[in-house]
Amino acid sequence: MNTELTGVIVTFIITVLLAIPLGRYIAKVFAGERTLTDFMNPVEKFIYRVCGIDPQKEMNWKEFLKALLTINMLWFVYAFFMLLFQDKLPLNPDGNPAQTPDLAFNTAISFLVNCDLQHYSGESGLTYLTQLFVVTFLQFVSAATGIAALVGVFNALKAKTTNNLGNFWQIFIKTITRILLPISIIIAIIFIFNGMPSSFAGKDTIVTMQGDTVGVSRGPVAGMVAIKHLGTNGGGWFGANSAHPLENPNYFTSMIELIAQTVIPIAMLFAMGLYIKRKKFAYVIFGIMTIGMLCLLIPTMVSEISGSPAIAKLGVSQPTGAMEGKEVRFGPAASGYWSIITTVISTGSVNSMHDSSMPVSGLMQLLGMMINAFYGGCGVGILNYYIYIIIAVFISGLMVGRTPELMGHKVEAREVKIAAIVTLLSAFLIKGGAALAAYFVAHHGDMAWAVKPSAWLNNPSYHGFSEMLYEFTSANANNGSGFEGLGDNNIFWNVSTGFVLILARFLPIIGPVAIAGLLAKKKYVPESAGTLKTDSLTFGMMTMAVIIIINALSYFPALTLGPIAEALRGAH
Amino acid sequence: MKASMFAPELVRPALKQSFIKLNPRSMFRNPVMFTVEIGTLVMLVVTLYSYTVKDATIGNFGYNLTIFIVLFLTLLFANFAEAIAEARGKAQADSLRKTREETPAKKVNLVGEIFTNEIEIVSSSRLQKGDFFVCDAGDIIPMDGEIVEGLATIDESAITGESAPVIREAGGDKSSVTGGTKVLSDHIKVRVTTEPGESFLDKMIALVEGASRQKTPNEIALTILLASFTLIFIIVCVTLKPFADYANTTISIAAFISLFVCLIPTTIGGLLSAIGIAGMDRALRANVITKSGKAVETAGDIDTLLLDKTGTITIGNRKATHFWPAKEIDSKSFIETCVLASVADETPEGKSIVELAANSNGSPKNIDEYKQVLLSKHTSPKFIEFTAETRSSGVDFENEKIRKGAFDAIRNQVTKAGHNIPQETEERVKAIASNGGTPLVVSKNNEVQGVIELQDIIKPGISERFERLRKMGVKTVMVTGDNPLTAKYIAEKAGVDDFIAEAKPEDKMNYIKQEQHTGKLVAMMGDGTNDAPALAQADVGVAMNSGTQAAKEAGNMVDLDNDPTKLIEIVEIGKQLLITRGTITTFSIANDVAKYFAIVPALFITSIPALQATNIMHLKSPESAILSAVIFNAIIIPMLIPLSLRGVSYKPIGASALLRRNLLIYGLGGIVAPFIGIKLIDMVLGVFM
Repeated sequence: MNTELTGVIVTFIITVLLAIPLGRYIAKVFAGERTLTDFMNPVEKFIYRVCGIDPQKEMNWKEFLKALLTINMLWFVYAFFMLLFQDKLPLNPDGNPAQTPDLAFNTAISFLVNCDLQHYSGESGLTYLTQLFVVTFLQFVSAATGIAALVGVFNALKAKTTNNLGNFWQIFIKTITRILLPISIIIAIIFIFNGMPSSFAGKDTIVTMQGDTVGVSRGPVAGMVAIKHLGTNGGGWFGANSAHPLENPNYFTSMIELIAQTVIPIAMLFAMGLYIKRKKFAYVIFGIMTIGMLCLLIPTMVSEISGSPAIAKLGVSQPTGAMEGKEVRFGPAASGYWSIITTVISTGSVNSMHDSSMPVSGLMQLLGMMINAFYGGCGVGILNYYIYIIIAVFISGLMVGRTPELMGHKVEAREVKIAAIVTLLSAFLIKGGAALAAYFVAHHGDMAWAVKPSAWLNNPSYHGFSEMLYEFTSANANNGSGFEGLGDNNIFWNVSTGFVLILARFLPIIGPVAIAGLLAKKKYVPESAGTLKTDSLTFGMMTMAVIIIINALSYFPALTLGPIAEALRGAH
Repeated sequence: MKASMFAPELVRPALKQSFIKLNPRSMFRNPVMFTVEIGTLVMLVVTLYSYTVKDATIGNFGYNLTIFIVLFLTLLFANFAEAIAEARGKAQADSLRKTREETPAKKVNLVGEIFTNEIEIVSSSRLQKGDFFVCDAGDIIPMDGEIVEGLATIDESAITGESAPVIREAGGDKSSVTGGTKVLSDHIKVRVTTEPGESFLDKMIALVEGASRQKTPNEIALTILLASFTLIFIIVCVTLKPFADYANTTISIAAFISLFVCLIPTTIGGLLSAIGIAGMDRALRANVITKSGKAVETAGDIDTLLLDKTGTITIGNRKATHFWPAKEIDSKSFIETCVLASVADETPEGKSIVELAANSNGSPKNIDEYKQVLLSKHTSPKFIEFTAETRSSGVDFENEKIRKGAFDAIRNQVTKAGHNIPQETEERVKAIASNGGTPLVVSKNNEVQGVIELQDIIKPGISERFERLRKMGVKTVMVTGDNPLTAKYIAEKAGVDDFIAEAKPEDKMNYIKQEQHTGKLVAMMGDGTNDAPALAQADVGVAMNSGTQAAKEAGNMVDLDNDPTKLIEIVEIGKQLLITRGTITTFSIANDVAKYFAIVPALFITSIPALQATNIMHLKSPESAILSAVIFNAIIIPMLIPLSLRGVSYKPIGASALLRRNLLIYGLGGIVAPFIGIKLIDMVLGVFM
């Protein structure tokens, strides 16, 4: 057990140690300073020339968002049609069929928004062409979109008064050429040496020890798994995701995948401190996010390591902890750590089946996605945290007797309105979606749909409810993991989560960018002794309190009926 | 003040108003309470329905009726909070207004029936803007106006509470008179400056009564935040229905509405407008009339405060502090010379010289006697008044010519007469000037006798107040006509952060603009017409009531006491207003944690017995749990009315420390208090249910 815990602690420490220099590097890249990767200059210049981009053109927040949204829409159309006609396109050695329109809709959106909620299994649902040129492509650009939006906010925070959020195209392209691509290549090479397939050949056949002949899917896996984690995407090559032996062969690759998905979100914090020249502000946020993550991690680890009370009641001892749905090569501690990291950060890749986690762990995973700001996804995690900051600034500003201000800009009705809408949106999408599903299960279980609502759930009662709640929470958080007991490849889930995905991705990007743009335009108010310092630990705790209160108030009843009821029943 | 907060004469009209305010049209302005009103109406329908139809899923009539009554009380309590705040503000304003009701006025008819400038006695309410009236000793001034002729001593105690009479005169910066004050001596002619019903006081009463009350930007932002919390709870309650269906649980309408009303921030929603009105009311209690609620709020944000030196930082004028005789001059005779030079000098400086002399040799003497004794030693005095040309004053006797004046003025006279300026006098003059003092040189028969040192006396306690302001983050700037050397000395001694020396009216304006350009908010106080542009430019401009009409129009507050240190109080009132809003919001939202723990287990405990573990308060039954939560939610509103009206106290201990303190009291307190409150109510209910 001690070795397992050490593994988790070492993984986290290495992540932070790597994030510090990476953060410094990212800050330099966006400040336009000299870096190691300046050899990419000609590549970027070539892209600018081909695309007719003027990288020096300044953009205000509206132009910035217009560029971001337009290109995303284009990618959606491209991805949707590729998936719809993938059976007629090359690079399909296993002869996989085309996706149905509702599945293609869901898949295209899901990868576009950095969620990767997969309602199919990669082995049979995609071809090598779509795996590479739809899925892997979107995994790069969606991560870069999030980071670019955040850098736009950095630019707004950096200046005293400005209209300029930077050039979206330049930031976006640099994110790929300077950050995502080089690091992904390094990680992919490590994976290949650890036995991850990287071949264009179709299924291999092996004879198992029992003597059966089995077809084993493969493909150019390693490259995709690298960006899958680095870009906090989470969509796996295989249906079993990182629990699959070819997608995560050993403990070492498991560590690398964990580090890869955590390193950019943390590095972006350090980069922010350097870039906007408010190091303490960044450190305090890092501290609060880490505390938040630990509050979710520790109960999870404890409940996974102590094993299932239901099995204990049968008189069976569980020396290795709760092993249902877990891989023996990872064990409950590393699986518990992964399940929290992948939910607080919007990766959503799994190395164990979350559906089989202990109820307490399920609760923590849900909370991680509901809050969605303890580190959070590439770029967007800090954007979500920024919304909480706006609300915290507003309430605490009043409490110290000044009209609220953030970094020298007055927070007024318009900014509060945007922050309120973004906050409301999560509650609306998660609870609204889950309520809709629960309504169909409760009242129209036998509706003549392809899959009857009564057949959606693999488990009755509270756990069944958790499955539905989890699916919408995951979609809203752009996370992509699932309680896979849910039968989700049908028109209801494909369409409903598809809309949740789009709204929950773009409104929380538009909101913070708009707030930052509006604030940056305002007159700068210099700090005085009466100004509330937003880089103090007190303010950090205030933000934490706002996060806890908002989420507790929004989700307590739903969580009570799902994992809390399940956990309490288990304890009885 | 505490005792009068719920005085019967305030409570009675407030109670009546609480019912009148139930009108949905006025409720609509407050989205939180408006949704409570809708919930209450639904509950009324449910109650009536459950009376006629026996339906297990609706619940019994008695229980529904109880819930309905509690919700109705919640509405009334919230309305009462607003009404009592209005009543208090109105009472305060009325008592000011009472002083100026219906008094006879001596109106001047330019073209009368017989003469021109005929005087007619009319009722004050008949005076129009632009009319003239006269007042003699003993008359009550019928309307606000500006003196166009004459000078009078006036008793303003009816308005300011200050018994010492003040002098008001035509021209200059002290020409305004206020209706309701009393002329003690002399005769003045006054031009009416306001239409009846449009004085500042009338405007403020309208503001307090709600007719012209606009939400401030900060109130709007907070309302948006509260509305979004309300929406979140609408989502929570609506989605709970299919969730409960899935879990095979029946939830009664009463339980749904109770849950919803408990969760939405009714506490702050109900008290929000009361807090705003109370802010204006507190300003009024400090004898400051504000022209809008926003001005009070802005005051809390002030970064820079411009203060006139005289009267604010120093007591009135300079005072003599020391006699410095020249080398061969006897000290006693020098002091006598100084007194003789000042016998006829009625300026505060001159008086202070005699005072200092009278108290100099041990036992203090009666000033008038002392003057007479000294004068009687000489014959045929001829007093020389101060003129701009000579820049000195004094007295001529038969064989003695005594002069007192600025150093260079006396030096001119002395050197013209062929005498020398003693070396040590010159040094003394320099020493005094560099010490922030003003030297006055005294000569007898054109020979220098010595130097009188005049010093500004800094008000006791003023440097502590500046220290307090500094801790609030407010920068203080002293404005003075003194030379930079003197100004610097006084600025350091009083503890102001900056000063404008040799200030001309446009200097103030430029300084304000310059500060505003860097994003700061500036407050200033002024009285003269030449202050008007700066008062208008400042974010908070406080005009003194004694000031000119132009100044009063330009500012956004009027101080009835004419007290220049009032700005400091105004800043604190502004901060208190915001803090009260913030802390009660925090308290209100923190309350929800306990309410969840009361209601959610109650809703599901019958179908999911395992949830008994979440009933951490061990409430007796689901019904009593829900009822306790709703009752707590209702009674917390009246319990917090005193705090809302009084305001949460402000302590200048730095923003972070203040946040920690308020979070601890109102955040943590807000979480803990309802656990205790709901448990207690449940125990009481347990006796009946």
